[in-house]
Amino acid sequence: MALKTYKLLQNKKKNILELWMKNQLADEGLREDLISNDELRSQSEELITALVSNLSDENFNDLNSDEWSPVLEILGGIAITRARQGFSPRETGNFVFSLKEALLQVLQEELKGDQQAFFNESAKINRLMDNLSVITFETFIKGREEVILRQTDEIAEISTPVIRVWDGILALPIIGTLDSARTQVVMENLLQEIVETGSSIAILDISGVPAVDSLVAQHLIKTVSATRLMGAECIISGIRPEIAQTVVHLGIDLSNIVTKATLASALAHAFKIMRLEVKKSTIIKS
Amino acid sequence: MILMSKKLPMILSLSKDPVQVRQEQDVVFLKNRVKEVAVRIKMGLVNQTRLITAASELVRNMMRYGNGGVCLIEVVSSGRINGVRLTFTDKGPGIPDIAAAMRDGFSTGKSLGLGLPGTKRLVNEFDIKSKVGEGTTVTIIKWANG
Repeated sequence: MALKTYKLLQNKKKNILELWMKNQLADEGLREDLISNDELRSQSEELITALVSNLSDENFNDLNSDEWSPVLEILGGIAITRARQGFSPRETGNFVFSLKEALLQVLQEELKGDQQAFFNESAKINRLMDNLSVITFETFIKGREEVILRQTDEIAEISTPVIRVWDGILALPIIGTLDSARTQVVMENLLQEIVETGSSIAILDISGVPAVDSLVAQHLIKTVSATRLMGAECIISGIRPEIAQTVVHLGIDLSNIVTKATLASALAHAFKIMRLEVKKSTIIKS
Repeated sequence: MILMSKKLPMILSLSKDPVQVRQEQDVVFLKNRVKEVAVRIKMGLVNQTRLITAASELVRNMMRYGNGGVCLIEVVSSGRINGVRLTFTDKGPGIPDIAAAMRDGFSTGKSLGLGLPGTKRLVNEFDIKSKVGEGTTVTIIKWANG
């Protein structure tokens, strides 16, 4: 065979792009709502230009070589944007698979009559495109995972609000399991808020914590110690009967910490410390 | 043929549900599964909390020292009572001195050292087997009304 496959593909770039676009536009899964045809065309053109211009005989099956990095970058970029835009994995996969179709169609056209050569070359292209598909999927999933991680952070952020219940009294309702990362957020928010408001009492409410094991207890103790170092008193409230029993069985010593069954009694305790009184008014305003 | 010992009533396993634990997120998932099973056999709220706390301790140990592993959740029945059996298996470094690990306040990490002894106090049956270099298996049973 006189002409090398990569040369052939370089010469036939225009044809490949047209065929690829035709394949993509004919696909049922075309998402015109998410991406315009012009944009799709420019994405495709960018990728195919990078692909054929970096293609050489040596690097055909070695995706680790440096020449591939621009292609992988473009492909990765496309996969990540698609993940964020809400494309399904199938639609993203089809983007690469339809390119494979186009390449094979062009190859078949060119190598008509030479069955052996066509077989060899198409095997090569298959391998190459399969590798590219795998990379697309990896990046796509990474993109999705990033979305999930961002949401996790957001949940951690919004699920640990610090509330100013009274002048000098902060309350912090904790909902869900306290792990190390969560404790860090709780502690940071609480200490920051103590400084900002000049509060002297903090109430940690654990009514929404399903189970207190030794690690959660350790985190609570640490938070209380840190609050005390800041010169504020910390009260733990919302200890349910079953939690109390479990803590005792586990052998965790919380006797140095002021604990209350409900947020209301913690607040009452805080009022007492601050020498505040809540009274029913006797004077009826007219 | 299964021989029944006279002293211990035979423990029958009614359902098996293995859960892989590899990441932090799996911990919450496992706890929820344990809770589901406990609710299904009508375990009381206090016992449920004890079982979940025990599971939480053991799964944390498994994550921290054993690089994750598998937890087998089983509904077991012995005579007329039902219970939940959890078997935690990891392929971690193993525990060289089990007697020390079972003592209150002993920890090779920086924790309170209450995980294993505390867990033993929370459940009805507790069994630990460990081989250095091969891994650790902890089995616990909590009866529905025990």
